[in-house]
Amino acid sequence: MSQSLRPYLTAVRYSLEAALTLSNFSSQEVERHNRPEVEVPNTSAELLLQPMHISRNENEQVLIEPSVNSVRMSLMVKQADEIEQILVHKFTRFLEQRAEAFYILRRVPIPGYSISFLITNKHTESMKTGKLVDFIIEFMEDVDKEISEIKLFLNARARFVAEAYLDEFVY
Amino acid sequence: MSFSNSKDKSVVAVYKLVKAPIYSHCFSQDKSILAVTCETDCLVYRVSNNTPPVLFATLKDHDKTITAVDISIHGRIVTCSQDRNAYVWEPLSDGTYKPTLVLLRINRAATSVTWAPNGYKFAVGSSARIIAVCYYEHENNWWVSKHIKKPIKSTINCLSWHANGVLLAAGGTDGFMRVFSGFIKGLDSKESVAGSPWGQKFPFGCLIREWYQGSYIHDVEWRSQMERIAYVAHDGTLNVVDYQSPVQSVNAPEGLPYRSLVWINDHEIVCGGYSCHPVLFSEASEGWKFAKNLDKSDNNKSSALTASGNADELSGNNDESSTFGISALRKFKELDLKGKVSTDVQESAHENAIVELRPFAESNGQITQVSSCGLDGKIVIYTI
Repeated sequence: MSQSLRPYLTAVRYSLEAALTLSNFSSQEVERHNRPEVEVPNTSAELLLQPMHISRNENEQVLIEPSVNSVRMSLMVKQADEIEQILVHKFTRFLEQRAEAFYILRRVPIPGYSISFLITNKHTESMKTGKLVDFIIEFMEDVDKEISEIKLFLNARARFVAEAYLDEFVY
Repeated sequence: MSFSNSKDKSVVAVYKLVKAPIYSHCFSQDKSILAVTCETDCLVYRVSNNTPPVLFATLKDHDKTITAVDISIHGRIVTCSQDRNAYVWEPLSDGTYKPTLVLLRINRAATSVTWAPNGYKFAVGSSARIIAVCYYEHENNWWVSKHIKKPIKSTINCLSWHANGVLLAAGGTDGFMRVFSGFIKGLDSKESVAGSPWGQKFPFGCLIREWYQGSYIHDVEWRSQMERIAYVAHDGTLNVVDYQSPVQSVNAPEGLPYRSLVWINDHEIVCGGYSCHPVLFSEASEGWKFAKNLDKSDNNKSSALTASGNADELSGNNDESSTFGISALRKFKELDLKGKVSTDVQESAHENAIVELRPFAESNGQITQVSSCGLDGKIVIYTI
């Protein structure tokens, strides 16, 4: 982690705080439906707000798509090499399969991103908005740490396995 | 009744009524009855001084979320819901309420409802891009409605009647604030709008004036004596308009939008919204400006921590008499610690957004207390 991480996270925090001003909004297309407007094909353009794209570098980006009653936030986790690509994929897949337990996690990320959150007005009504933002920021911090930790473990294990295997050929 | 422990003396009472969000609340004329929305029910409480509200009736004919409730000067409660219906609840002598379905003739959710000042008609805003103005028809013994359709492009969020009971201000997600005529023949008299600066003739449904804001209008409120309208929008502004001069606009100091507003007197407005505490604005010679925060929490550390760049932690670091290398390491370690969940509890009475403000107490033309409801299921009464 470096010094440029803080302005990045601060920008994400304030953008999220501004985007999480949701209200209970019943669909004006379909009768008796109340659905996250950001997720459905929408003929009323006014219900979708301007997406916000925050980018630290080409590997670390955040896309926040607000709407009247829901916010979709997609996160690109840093993937420096092929091992990290595999690890990030496995890690996010592990989380997404347990999306019910995470409430705000989207089962499938937006194309081009590693992981997506879907926050609706139900979530902001039952949870404190500030804590939700804190959770996401903390997740963004921790996921990098987690991935590099897994990578270290993987390398250590690979070395150990390689040594154990190659021992066979030592006279 | 519990009192907030904040140093601010503006909170008079906090009632934690339900676990679900309260989208709307209303006190009766004499403040003895409180109606709140709770999911698909409307709960009616009896309120007396210094005791918590006592639930005495539950109005449960709706089968989807109730979006708004209002009590007329005669004590009739009107509720509207996302199930496309509205009910008028007539109080009976034994303390129960008799529901009457209103023929709204809309096919999408009803979003807002307000009684006209005389209590004989009300307006319902809907996601069907229609405002239904409803009145009682004696011949058929039910509430019927007339529609205002043009030129509404999107959901109506908020409605407000002028004191003359004819002019109806409406705002919605299409970003327009519009003034319509809600004149019902046989119910309103032409004298009530005689000499109005807004026009000569007011046929029903006529668009009198419109203003384009470009973002969702969350609440609109008439100041009838002044012939002015104030509205709050999703872009975090409070705007005041009248029949001739251009829009006067003021930004929210915290940047988060407001959901509701109340006129305190001719030159003061209190707003409440996503910043979880009411904010007072006042009009001076140079226009509207921020006056003061009510019940604002002092230590909103969770955001201040990142904004101030951990300044306090860094300064606290200096008096540590550790070796140079270690302290430098610590310094950079703590620079890296950001967005930490602070454990402090927020001090403001509302823990989540304020959805609606209503005037509560008044003395000689000045509102002295306002009540608010929030997404945290609380009713809070503030003194200005």
